[in-house]
Amino acid sequence: MGETLLEIGNLHVEFKVYEGRLRVLNGVNLSVQVGERVGLVGEAGCGKTTTMKCVLKILTSPPGKITEGKILLHDKDVLTMGSQEMQRVRGHGISMIFQDPTAALNPVFTVGDQLMSVIKYGSKGSLSKKEIKKRAIGTLREVRLPDPERIFTNYPVQLSGGMRQRVCIAMALSTEPELLLADEPTTSLDVTIQDQVLRLLNELVERHGTSVIFITHSLGVVREMADRVYVMYAGNIIEGARKEELFANWLHPYTLGLMNALPKLTGGGIAEGIPGRIPEYLDPPSGCRFHPRCPRAMQQCSQSIPPVVHAADDHDVACFLYRGETDE
Amino acid sequence: MSMLKFLGKRLALSLFVLFGLSILIFTISRILPGDPVRMALGSRAPQWAVDNLREQMHLNDPLYAQYYYWLTGAVRGDLGQSLFTRRAVIEDVREFLPATMELALSAGVIMAVFGILLGAVSGRYSNTWIDNSVRIFSYIGIVTPSFVFAILFLLLFGYVLNVLPTMGRLSPWIARPPVITGMVSLDALLSGNFAAFGDAIRHLILPAVSLALGGMAQEARITRSTISDNLRKDYIASAKGFGVPERLVMFKYLLKPSLIPTVSILGLDFASLIGNAFLVELIFNWPGFSRYGIHAMLNKDLNAVSAVVMVLGVIFIIVNILVDLIVAWLDPRIRLGAERGK
Ligand SMILES: Nc1ncnc2c1ncn2[C@@H]1O[C@H](COP(=O)(O)OP(=O)(O)O)[C@@H](O)[C@H]1O
Ligand code: SF4
Ligand SMILES: [Mg+2]
Repeated sequence: MGETLLEIGNLHVEFKVYEGRLRVLNGVNLSVQVGERVGLVGEAGCGKTTTMKCVLKILTSPPGKITEGKILLHDKDVLTMGSQEMQRVRGHGISMIFQDPTAALNPVFTVGDQLMSVIKYGSKGSLSKKEIKKRAIGTLREVRLPDPERIFTNYPVQLSGGMRQRVCIAMALSTEPELLLADEPTTSLDVTIQDQVLRLLNELVERHGTSVIFITHSLGVVREMADRVYVMYAGNIIEGARKEELFANWLHPYTLGLMNALPKLTGGGIAEGIPGRIPEYLDPPSGCRFHPRCPRAMQQCSQSIPPVVHAADDHDVACFLYRGETDE
Repeated sequence: MSMLKFLGKRLALSLFVLFGLSILIFTISRILPGDPVRMALGSRAPQWAVDNLREQMHLNDPLYAQYYYWLTGAVRGDLGQSLFTRRAVIEDVREFLPATMELALSAGVIMAVFGILLGAVSGRYSNTWIDNSVRIFSYIGIVTPSFVFAILFLLLFGYVLNVLPTMGRLSPWIARPPVITGMVSLDALLSGNFAAFGDAIRHLILPAVSLALGGMAQEARITRSTISDNLRKDYIASAKGFGVPERLVMFKYLLKPSLIPTVSILGLDFASLIGNAFLVELIFNWPGFSRYGIHAMLNKDLNAVSAVVMVLGVIFIIVNILVDLIVAWLDPRIRLGAERGK
């Protein structure tokens, strides 16, 4: 096994809303090795984006608040870093592609302006204005946008959805990050171009040797893109393994549901395979949060939280059906 | 360069609006009951004097002919004679308008600057004590008419504390600087007379602030809600996530998109500010255009009424075009729409 790049441990996040506290993240554990491509799968609302925003410390607060946990980047806890240190992590340490490129691009500034800010503040070392512009145009070309000089002067509103996401990919890669957080980069795109954008992203990541956390709610996409897979449910990572292992020997009842839904999935909802919905975070189910939907639930499932166990070599699962060594 | 075309179209359209407005006000002012000439000359004036003046003002001609006379004069810059001051209406405009413009522009600047500032701080620190204070201030500002502020300020700062002048535009012992723009403070500044400038500004503070508060509260409220909405947008999280410094994110990437709704409302608030100026001018004995206008209407000073309405119309149109230009500059979506479409 290689060197650990990122390790999220026991991450808890709450949102304070009018009705009370939404206890969303409920002890997330996840790690990424240097050079690894990690797939993170889970239905909408399970807390994937929230987890990623915590890594960059860009969770909007209020209402969001990290109540517990650690996020180690090369063994240094991001959560205790000062703003100076954080500045060095952002951009060339970790960068993020958002789910919806239309929301992620500022509507009143040109692509060039935004891209240049990203390169100026996100890159290692200081560059002259000329170098910045050159690199900006270069990255626009790298994501295969036609006529990069023109796109540089365009506003987001002048571009199609696919082009906007390419711009976001260009931004995220322009700082040459060690770790890329790709949050459902194709979900908001037209089905016809999803594949194209995915392949482009995969190719760029491979070429640059970037480590990635690739979020999706499709296991099909994960099968193509990831080395390791984590499955998330209602604020918990409930299973994690190398891809081959997971697709051969999945353990968790929720993963089973996902696998059953697989043939039907073309980026649509996961929930079809599993009856019920993701629970309310205001008053989440006790014990295993999956127990109201779980076909194999037992009595203890609603009483205590199943610990993460090493069920097989390099295969972790959080479910009372499986015994193995625990982490702690 | 389509911006120029956009501007040209707006100007052409404005001319139409002004033309319509002139017909409307001309007709209304002349249909209303009461004989303006009799009102001007008083009930004891002999009938022949009234008849003479009526003849002289073409009041016995049919309405369309009267309008024709007025319009041909107006395009040459002659707005006719006032029945009361007995001089060219344009002279009156020249005398009274700058005073109101000085007041309104000062109030407009105060309204915009402080409204945006308060709103931005309040939105940035939403649900803290700062935000709550600003919100309370906003509610008070919005529900209180400006003449109430004017009277309160007059009593508090003018009489109780006695720290600011409450009458007119300049202290009697200060010589009025030469008329350049007609706005005393600006004229003083342009002629390098700083004593007069300071004095003029001191006279401006109370009326301008009373006039500004309502709009300021409105601006603060709108800016607050846009800022606190936009703070949650992904593009802000994204910029921060790439290491763009907090200050640049706030003052550039957050502020610019957040100003768009505020600027649109600013135009409307500036218009109502001129309307509200009447009572404030009265309270602070400010020899302005609003007072002149109300007097003209109450006394059926026909040409003066038309002039006042037309001048206000022109001001509103200019303000609206300015607002449109600023909004188009702030928001490429509108600018590009204007270039592409119509
Ligand atoms: N700004 C917010 N305010 C309140 N609740 C939020 C906010 N952001 C996320 N949440 C809560 O967190 C849950 C998980 O959201 P998110 O991380 O976006 O899920 P995912 O990315 O997996 O679809 C949502 O269902 C919602 O209840
Ligand atoms: S712990 Fe119990 S409820 Fe949860 S997944 Fe396992 S069997 Fe189902
Ligand atoms: Mg999401």
